[in-house]
Amino acid sequence: MVDVRPETATAKTFRLELDGVADYVAGQHYILRLSAPDGYTAQRSYSVASAPDGSTEIELTVERLAEGEVSTFLHDEVMVGDDLEVRGPIGGWFVWPGDTPALLIGGGSGVVPLMAMVRLARRTGAGAEWVHLVVSARAPEDLYYAAEIPGPDTTVVYTRRIPEGWPRPPGRLTGGDLPSPLPPTTTAYVCGSSGFCDAATDILRGAGVPEDRIRVERFGPTR
Amino acid sequence: MNVTRGFRSRGPRDPRLPPGQYDAGSDWPVLTAEATPKLATDTWTFSITGLVEEPVSWTWDQIRALPASSYNGAIHCVTTWSKVGVTFSGVSVDTLLAAARPLPSATHVMAESHTGYTTNLPLADVTGGRAWVVWEFGGQPLAVEHGGPARLLVPHLYFWKSAKWVSGLELLDHDEPGFWERNGYHNRGDPWTEQRYQGD
Repeated sequence: MVDVRPETATAKTFRLELDGVADYVAGQHYILRLSAPDGYTAQRSYSVASAPDGSTEIELTVERLAEGEVSTFLHDEVMVGDDLEVRGPIGGWFVWPGDTPALLIGGGSGVVPLMAMVRLARRTGAGAEWVHLVVSARAPEDLYYAAEIPGPDTTVVYTRRIPEGWPRPPGRLTGGDLPSPLPPTTTAYVCGSSGFCDAATDILRGAGVPEDRIRVERFGPTR
Repeated sequence: MNVTRGFRSRGPRDPRLPPGQYDAGSDWPVLTAEATPKLATDTWTFSITGLVEEPVSWTWDQIRALPASSYNGAIHCVTTWSKVGVTFSGVSVDTLLAAARPLPSATHVMAESHTGYTTNLPLADVTGGRAWVVWEFGGQPLAVEHGGPARLLVPHLYFWKSAKWVSGLELLDHDEPGFWERNGYHNRGDPWTEQRYQGD
């Protein structure tokens, strides 16, 4: 563990230095496994938030769940300098290799793997394929990466409370929040709670995105 | 074995839980790779195809008229949640295979879903009372987000092998990886030896 910093009141980003080059693709996750002296283990998957950059370091953003076995340990116990057992990268489906148009739709903590994609797209700069992130959060203080997200390639939707002067009233994601038109070969990546994913996929169907171009990753909460 | 500084176990282990699993209690997390399909039972079918003497297909009414069979026990997801003491009802895969009569050369099955999802299994893992096609959970119709109207149930393996929205089994004379098996997950998926990922 080389750095820990808060994203919101309940989420932190953990920067880990791995034993070798972190050879993952944007969208993949790693497993953190904790081992107690009596042999008891607990492990969870966490998506990588940082864009692959050929270094040995990865960033994971983890929400502290009150009943979460691993998230509470990470938030309450872990210190910079600690060694953790990390395994990965895992996952070949919910990945963006960087060369296709992508519509990223994230709800709450579901924005984490999508942020790796956005960061990669921004770093590869001019000439990169079209990428747009639509992220839904309850209120401004719940938005991860709040300073970094605003831009022409992102749309932020607040569902419960909006900042002063915000043009869109609070409310759930609708078809009107999607960028239009969508490139015909767009692949959609949807990530968030189960309910969020169901709502988002219905919106995508309504916008004419074919089923076989919708990739879904559902997040917990798991304990 | 590594010990993580500061980590303590939460108490005595439940022997019904394989290593690394926790009891989800009354929760039943939903995980999928694709969008949840909307399947109508009046056009739903289930088929056994491939290396069988007679490929067979059942409609929704036909499959539900077969001798009923239930499973009561635990299920285990590779993402580490388990549920114990759950009941699923439907028909045993043995009953379905008996109608199609697998050829001696059949060694494996590919389970297929209406969404295009696939998962591979040795024939031995879906016979001898180890597998079902189920449409009820806890006495209620299986909800669509959990694979309804019907899913495959192979509870002794990680739950990605229990294909949601199952449309059929194809009998093969060789093994080939299905969807998650091609995307980082273990070819067999035994929870008791923690066969979670490729390379385990």
